[in-house]
Amino acid sequence: MSVTEMFSYIQGFLSADQDVREDIRKVVQNLEQTAREILTVLQSVHQPSGFREIPSKCAKARELFCTVRTHISDLKTKFPMEQYYRFHEHWRFVLQRLAFLAAFVNYLESEALVTREEVAEILGIEVVREKGFHLDVEDYLAGVLIMASELSRLAVNSVTAGDYSRPLRISNFINELDSGFRLLNLKNDPLRKRYDGLKYDVKKIEEVVYDLSIRGLAKEPESGEDK
Amino acid sequence: MNKREVPGEVWSRKKVDSAQEMSTNSTSPVIAAFRVFQQELDAKHDKYERLVKISRDVTIESKRTIFLLHRVTNVADTEDVLNEAEGKLDGVRQKISQIAEELRGEDINQFHRAFTPGIQEYVEAVSFLHYIHHRSLISLEEINARLVFMRTEKADPKGSAEAAPRGAHVLTFQVTPADYLLGVADLTGELMRMCISSVGNGDIETPFQLSQFLRQIHDGFSYIGNTGPYEVSKKLHTLRQSLGKVEDACYTLHVRGSEIPKHMLADLFCSRTTHMDTEEGVV
Repeated sequence: MSVTEMFSYIQGFLSADQDVREDIRKVVQNLEQTAREILTVLQSVHQPSGFREIPSKCAKARELFCTVRTHISDLKTKFPMEQYYRFHEHWRFVLQRLAFLAAFVNYLESEALVTREEVAEILGIEVVREKGFHLDVEDYLAGVLIMASELSRLAVNSVTAGDYSRPLRISNFINELDSGFRLLNLKNDPLRKRYDGLKYDVKKIEEVVYDLSIRGLAKEPESGEDK
Repeated sequence: MNKREVPGEVWSRKKVDSAQEMSTNSTSPVIAAFRVFQQELDAKHDKYERLVKISRDVTIESKRTIFLLHRVTNVADTEDVLNEAEGKLDGVRQKISQIAEELRGEDINQFHRAFTPGIQEYVEAVSFLHYIHHRSLISLEEINARLVFMRTEKADPKGSAEAAPRGAHVLTFQVTPADYLLGVADLTGELMRMCISSVGNGDIETPFQLSQFLRQIHDGFSYIGNTGPYEVSKKLHTLRQSLGKVEDACYTLHVRGSEIPKHMLADLFCSRTTHMDTEEGVV
């Protein structure tokens, strides 16, 4: 094979690769759009009026997740499944946002940590790599960490809205999350960087709980005490 | 000694703390879930580190092979050197089979960053050897064809229970086009060095062959342009420099080669290339 032939073969490969990336980028744009819409719906829980409407907001968000599922099934057709990690960077960010949104909806509804399986189900994807388009464990964990900072905000705003018991529950939840993350041996990667922010969320929520306790506003003293 | 003990102590105390924490709420589903994540992440990081280690070995051995091949120009018995190089590359391939073993059942792209430097260096070495033998560019298929390994299932005591009678299986490792491209870009640097050292030996044929070959590669890279990965465009600059040096050498040989006694060619040549270096440093 001559040098020229070799290079034109490689060139063909590279431009085919670029076409695939182009297709992926288009679908990911749609996904990002939907993710922003869901976020907008959920943001209203921070407003005083929004606290009474949490169930309806969650229902609306869950409806929007249907659109997410169709976009993702569209994405699945754009590239061969065994090359997931080759194009991972393209949807990594949006998948983390979506994991966060799914976790947040789940928390608002049941005040529990969403499992990786549940997130995968909400997004219409798989948990293990062998079965196809899946949720990477690091992306799931990143999503959970985004939720933690959202919850620290929610703790502050729920006090403003007159809901004094919520911060205590959030505090318990975040503390559990924190000890969970402390079990992980993280490398010096983006996830670790994000995890380093968790302590500030913990601190902020603890301050809110403290403020409530010294004013006697905490309705559940037993859970406030062990902090 | 004291200084070294203190952080160790702090660390172990921390460990005890977290161990206590684990025992207090180990029943919680969150903690149970994170334990699973811990295992999964640790397994992944370990695999990554193992691959980085193998890749480093591949890089070192490939570099040594390249150094060895540079000796070809001033050694009488080239056949010996080439055989030795071939032997070394067999060793490198053995290492690559370990990479293939690690990647069995995994997504290659997930760990690609761990071993890409080693593979590029291997491509460089193997294509350099190929060039010395055949004066042509090794193709991607030829490289991949040599990275097929027959593995007989080891009958070691721990694995004997499940994997005893499966026998031999085929392991393959595929060099990606991008890695191939980057390896070939590195090759041009080696060819430039080879060109200079062959002039030192009074070999007037090789520089002209090399300049033609390098020009073909350069044209190939220009054809690819910026459709390739980001690193390619960086290497294109170095490639231009190498090509410039080789072309300039050919020019010198052509214009003045017939006037100067052969043993003085090298001196003349060195002064010209250093002159070029400074010039390009400015640009």
